[in-house]
Amino acid sequence: MDSETHLQIRSDADIVTARQKGREMALLLNFLGSDVVMLATIISELARNIVEYAQHGELVLSIAQQVGKRGIIIIARDEGPGIPDLELAMKDGYSTGNSLGLGLPGTKRMMDEFEIISEVGVGTTVTAKKWER
Amino acid sequence: MDIPILKQGNCLIASVQPALTDTGLLQLQENLLMLTSKYRSHGVIIDVTVLDVIDSFTSRTLRDTVYMLKLRGAEAVIVGIQPDMAFALVQLGITLEGVKTALDLEEGLALLER
Repeated sequence: MDSETHLQIRSDADIVTARQKGREMALLLNFLGSDVVMLATIISELARNIVEYAQHGELVLSIAQQVGKRGIIIIARDEGPGIPDLELAMKDGYSTGNSLGLGLPGTKRMMDEFEIISEVGVGTTVTAKKWER
Repeated sequence: MDIPILKQGNCLIASVQPALTDTGLLQLQENLLMLTSKYRSHGVIIDVTVLDVIDSFTSRTLRDTVYMLKLRGAEAVIVGIQPDMAFALVQLGITLEGVKTALDLEEGLALLER
């Protein structure tokens, strides 16, 4: 497997592909079984957000290397409508669509590093990293 | 991909596959409703042993399915949530509230028989 995978996300089949690739990548690294499931679930949520809000976007999965440790980087980007109130979107339990708002706040909580950039009319990019323990 | 549904006496058993798409899950919902009517089943087991991910859509749809079946007089039990999956669900705050669960198929059938 390459250390970087680009996935086009447009349909619910793509959501499945993305989470399977994520699982494969997490299994290559030294993640706990529950972390593997969690990462696959987060990837599923982020991919689903793309399909729901932007109809089309990209998910990039890559392996990060630092001295003595490795990690997984997940980038979910789209050129969709953007998030008007980012603070509200990051609140637990909030949702405008179907995903119950678990995606963004849940992701931030579980990942070691998390960044979201969103501009109305331009798009959204979520970058999340998790390091091996 | 159609999920196979088996009839065992008064119960239906559906074994969910790993690469379950949203469409596949909604199709399962429809099939279970149709078949519980056709066979007048009182119990349904949804086995998620090999399902790779239960995200917010999956959990919501499973909950809806269980409730829809209840409206049609059938009791549904979700079985086979693996330890890693249970851990991840709790960590991510994804809930299966209101849904009966059991360890595996055997326990699920025993639950329905009570």
